[in-house]
Amino acid sequence: MSLYQAQKFLYHLNRDEEMQQTFLTNKAAVLSRYDLSTEEYEALHSGDIGLLYVLGVNGQILMHYAAFLNVEWFDYLQLMRDGVDNHGPVRAGIYAMTAGGEQFAETPVTSRDPN
Amino acid sequence: MSLVYAGILSHAPGITGRANLATNTLVRDAFYNCLEDQRNEIEASGAEVLVVVAAEHFANFFMDNMPAYCIGIGEKHYGPVEDAEWLKIPKTSIPGAPDLALRLAKKVMERVDIAYSEEWKCDHGIMVPLNFLTPNFDMPVVPCNINCQGPPLTPLTRVWRFGEALRQACDEQAEKIAIVGTGGISHWPATPDSGKINEAWDREFLEQLMNQDKQKLLSYSDEDVYDQAGQGGFEIRTLVAAAAAAGGKGDLQFYSAELPIFAVGCTVARFEISS
Repeated sequence: MSLYQAQKFLYHLNRDEEMQQTFLTNKAAVLSRYDLSTEEYEALHSGDIGLLYVLGVNGQILMHYAAFLNVEWFDYLQLMRDGVDNHGPVRAGIYAMTAGGEQFAETPVTSRDPN
Repeated sequence: MSLVYAGILSHAPGITGRANLATNTLVRDAFYNCLEDQRNEIEASGAEVLVVVAAEHFANFFMDNMPAYCIGIGEKHYGPVEDAEWLKIPKTSIPGAPDLALRLAKKVMERVDIAYSEEWKCDHGIMVPLNFLTPNFDMPVVPCNINCQGPPLTPLTRVWRFGEALRQACDEQAEKIAIVGTGGISHWPATPDSGKINEAWDREFLEQLMNQDKQKLLSYSDEDVYDQAGQGGFEIRTLVAAAAAAGGKGDLQFYSAELPIFAVGCTVARFEISS
């Protein structure tokens, strides 16, 4: 049930620009409206994409949350891989990692770290 | 006969949002050209309204009340629900076709239980197709959604019936109507596997779709689809519905698995309209 609440928060946030503005200034106030576990609360409060992915947040919801947090595309993919490395396999849902962390899309030269 | 065009196309957000990251620009531009051809074909058909059978991604519906099917009957729709800069499509309103949409919904209800909505927010699943098919967002649109995100999902047998019901409803209207089904084939979007594409699976499915091979199309199980085509493969429902609505053989105008940055096998096809 708790994962449901975490996803419901993101569903609301993704489609409500007023809520987005409120969240940016007072995350605790917005998150308190949802029945979240401590792990979920902290992951949402800190924008821990990797942990949220492992917890089983639907990827379509999580993808837009990452965009809201201004996470670039290839960084977003890597954060999910890092989440699996740090916390283990995806625990719920249908967005599991199936290819062992393989990267399928070539990183363009322009978006690579110059170092 | 008021259905004047039926086709399918991909809708992945990378198609617009990550266009600049595509390394295979020749294939990318060939895909864009094919989408422009599709727009021209719809325009040449005389279509007055575009029915988009889509697979939304939690823009309107959540697991608190998830309809298997929904038709948008509002006067206007809004999108994209996502960050406009992320999708590279500006936020805008899109004209609906409320009178026609209501007539379609009522007729479809005779064969399939559907929900309806007067408020519709479009995510990339509709905005990316509209970006190419009506780039000024001025063609009246009737959005239809099939739940492909939150299992349990409607079975393919019901999807086929929905497509047929939609066709029957269109045939009873005076307006000239175009239908496009928009979804992915095999893909693993919004996961670390983004960009993974099972080309062989895609091509087999598309062959069956183009041939109106109803028996094979309806034999896919969700378990097999998930195993071979990923959770994104559940969106074949939109393509199957479009084929059922058209009734005629398909012409695959474009398919490429060479644009993994778009995270889907990019597809454009049209169907003959059966009499």
